[in-house]
Amino acid sequence: MPKELSTFSVLYRILARDIKVALRRQSDVMAVFFFFIIAASLFPLGSSADPKLLSAMAPSVLWVTALLSCMLSLSRMYSSDHADGTLEQMMLSNQPTVLVVLMKILAHWVLSGLPLVFVAPLIGLQFNLSSAELQLLAISLLMGTLTLSLIGSIGAALTLGVHGTGVLIAILVLPLYIPVLVFGAGAVNAVSIGMNPNGALSLLGTVLAMALVFAPLGSAAALKIALE
Amino acid sequence: MKNMETKTGINWLQINWLRYASPKTFYPLAGKLIPWCATCAVLLIVYGLYLGLFVAPTDFQQGEGYRIIFVHVPAAWFSMFLYLLMAMYAGLGLVLNARLSYMMATAIAPTGAMFTLVALVTGSLWGKPMWGAWWVWDARLTSELILLFLYIGYFSLQAAIDDKNRADKASAVLALVGAINVPIIYFSVKWWNTLHQGASVSLMNAPAMAAVMLKGMLIMAIGFWLYSIAVILVRVRCEIVERDSKTTMFRQD
Repeated sequence: MPKELSTFSVLYRILARDIKVALRRQSDVMAVFFFFIIAASLFPLGSSADPKLLSAMAPSVLWVTALLSCMLSLSRMYSSDHADGTLEQMMLSNQPTVLVVLMKILAHWVLSGLPLVFVAPLIGLQFNLSSAELQLLAISLLMGTLTLSLIGSIGAALTLGVHGTGVLIAILVLPLYIPVLVFGAGAVNAVSIGMNPNGALSLLGTVLAMALVFAPLGSAAALKIALE
Repeated sequence: MKNMETKTGINWLQINWLRYASPKTFYPLAGKLIPWCATCAVLLIVYGLYLGLFVAPTDFQQGEGYRIIFVHVPAAWFSMFLYLLMAMYAGLGLVLNARLSYMMATAIAPTGAMFTLVALVTGSLWGKPMWGAWWVWDARLTSELILLFLYIGYFSLQAAIDDKNRADKASAVLALVGAINVPIIYFSVKWWNTLHQGASVSLMNAPAMAAVMLKGMLIMAIGFWLYSIAVILVRVRCEIVERDSKTTMFRQD
């Protein structure tokens, strides 16, 4: 008889497996990363190279681009596991679906959100941001991208196995992303104009805390509907 | 199911309201309600427009242009109210697994989106002469726009899923998520607006409203309410026919 695994070790294995599977197909992970860099580089070309204008635009440009990058990879969160039946096996396991879903969200964040936290300050340098702004950009993205993955997973679960998923997810998820964008870019903007960013960061943290509680519940419910 | 209506006289407490949760019994009831609601809606809207356009005094600051609020404000109220109502029916559907609740939510969405659009269009028509711009990124305008996006998301999801049962449930989850988000979005936009205080425009410091204006607006609101009920009931009936046309209820024996 196989050994009974504890909840913690099952969840850890799900997380590790998701990351391992994704890293076997590195091009998918890298595509999101490069999309972010390329899309952000388009903005100066579309406006002007004036350093003042660029540094004024930078928080919104980098935040919107990060938001779109996170969104692009959402449809992958459940679809390949759904296609080969792994997802159903995970849902049938004796672990709570909410926690399984949370692990999949964390894996998505590690693969598509976390890299942006590291690369965004570099792009920020190109936009002439000060070191205080770069620091805030990284902190706000660290909290914000996790929130984006959490909220996005509801959209990914709702559209599982539906035609034309990519555009549909965008329509469902982008309006829900607005608070994250406002508080995230707002924190960086606050530093730029010499205000205290703590208010915006606390609100960003509030949204993250609420998303941590509600998003896995919503995603689990949506997955159950999709797999009925 | 016990039939309570055989008793003489109507005792409202003793009517079995849950009876009407079944599409079969709701269909004729809705059919009876529609003409009454529609007639009252037309009468009230005509009277409300008469009060608003002819009886209400001209505003000393805004001139005649302000009269668009008799359509704009009730439309904005209903755009938000109908979203919450839709989410409520969606939630009821998920909890009770009642098909009629899903049908109600589906039927409410187009009317809600229409009122959102009316509020946005009348708002920008009013904004041009008053603010000198068709659009300003005011907190209210922006959150109304986002509300329209939420309605669009609801439609799109429902249209994308072929299986009706799944479409109902999935869009119900989305409606609930949206309803939780509406206050967060509103406050985030408000906060964003105060940070970017450029050409600030406030609706709050408008002069106190004359009683007849308030009366006109409330009558328009009740008119819109009855209009919504009538249109939603028509749409629910269509929905019932579409889904249940093969069941016994429409068989002519």
